[in-house]
Amino acid sequence: MKYHFQTAEELIKLTKRHNVPISEIAKLYESQRSGNAISTIRNKMKLTRDFMYKAVKTGIKSNKKSIMGISGGDAQKIYESLKNLKRMMGNKVTIRAMAYALAVSEQNARMGRIVAFPTAGGAGVVPGVLFSSAEHFKAGKRKLLRGLFCASAVGLIIAEGSTISAAKGGCQAEVGSAVAMAAAGLTEMRGGTPEQCFDASAIAFKSYLGLACDPLAGLVEVPCIKRNAIGCMNAIGASDMAMAGVQSYVPFDEVVRAARDIGRTMPRTIKETALGGLAITPTGNRVKKKLGLRITREL
Amino acid sequence: MDEISIFDIAGPIMVGPSSSHTAGACKIGQFARALFHGTPRKVTFYLHGSFAEVYKGHATDRALLGGILKMRTSDPLIKDSFKVAAKKKIKYEFKKKFLGKRYHPNTVKIVLENSRRKMSVIGSSVGGGVIEILKIDNFNIHLRGRAGKYLSLVVQHDKNKTVVPELKAKVDALKGIRVHDVEQRTYKGKTLSILHMGGRRIKLPEVIELEKTTKHVDFIRSLSKLEKQ
Repeated sequence: MKYHFQTAEELIKLTKRHNVPISEIAKLYESQRSGNAISTIRNKMKLTRDFMYKAVKTGIKSNKKSIMGISGGDAQKIYESLKNLKRMMGNKVTIRAMAYALAVSEQNARMGRIVAFPTAGGAGVVPGVLFSSAEHFKAGKRKLLRGLFCASAVGLIIAEGSTISAAKGGCQAEVGSAVAMAAAGLTEMRGGTPEQCFDASAIAFKSYLGLACDPLAGLVEVPCIKRNAIGCMNAIGASDMAMAGVQSYVPFDEVVRAARDIGRTMPRTIKETALGGLAITPTGNRVKKKLGLRITREL
Repeated sequence: MDEISIFDIAGPIMVGPSSSHTAGACKIGQFARALFHGTPRKVTFYLHGSFAEVYKGHATDRALLGGILKMRTSDPLIKDSFKVAAKKKIKYEFKKKFLGKRYHPNTVKIVLENSRRKMSVIGSSVGGGVIEILKIDNFNIHLRGRAGKYLSLVVQHDKNKTVVPELKAKVDALKGIRVHDVEQRTYKGKTLSILHMGGRRIKLPEVIELEKTTKHVDFIRSLSKLEKQ
């Protein structure tokens, strides 16, 4: 296959050979894989983008609690704080990104419609970072699409080389992957080179290695929702570093291999089973009891 | 191994809260229902691993049942699938069971029954809404895909060597579709064949036509039917 890639190295080579950005290779890859025209693929991604945008806009307005009532309403609070930026330390882009990420994740927790990007657990990060920064550069919808394609290509490499399932690799596989993807997407939208995109990704992904997936009662709510918000900060930070010329000492492909190894050796109790970590704190056990789950031990 | 699609990462569009525990579960349910070929009266779900531990909070149970009721992963009705099932008089039951070490933590065994037959399907949700179907009754298979990826025909037919070549020729004759390879396994005196196809999607009228014109065939299911978001 002409546009086949499984690693960052292969992808960068392809971008060099054809002198196009990562997003373009992602489109060509998908077109070749599925036999569909480029325009069909672009339209499919547009649909994805529109659903993401809808989730952001609905989530930001809603202050409904989740089904179990342990989350909800924070997106609105942070979005309101944008009106009084002087009191905040972050800038407008990062705070808005957090608000958007929370909005999507809260929608997810109340069983609203979202786009899993790459999974539902980390679905807030990519829309948070990309939509907020697109508003900042006043970027058109087309540029946003580039960010999404680039992010998907990075996610694909992680899925090929490691996993994007928290049940297999812990939170690094879900929120970690999402942050790595968002960092690359943002870097491409800002005009970074493919190498800079992967530097940003590697820097971001490295800080998520080994993160436990230990949500209370196994619900994708605490700490997942806020991790999505903080993830936006990391993605933006990593992208800034890459754009300033900072390189990742460990190349992206090796970071993915490390993630795979860590995922394999991680104990089962912190892989989305609600048997360890935050899930078995007194607070965690209270939520478990409310749900009628068996309590194994308490910290 | 076949290649992952960009839209395995950027998607699916779904109802929360978890892509592996909700969207993937729904998809396994859809798949089981498609294979069962009829309305089940009773459905039993055996939840394995992480599915067994946390199914309640992730609404895995509602999503599995929603899939059995042919709901899409983005259908807001998934929330109320228990009520819908009750209305349709489909009995359901959830049990925890360890299915074996070789299975992914997010695995379920679904047993569907009605007055005429009984069938079991084992499927795993491997993350991001991607699922794998590993067993149909006693027939070990390995089908992988998300909605939008299945281009397979599942055919149950008599133990008869002419059926598959005949079907293959018929499918190849359709414009824009080729058969890549065929998997076959026999159980209970019947053969289950899976035709993997490339090219465009096969349309429902074409599937019905195939089913009508080919002898010794019990049913043909097009798994591309699950494609739409």
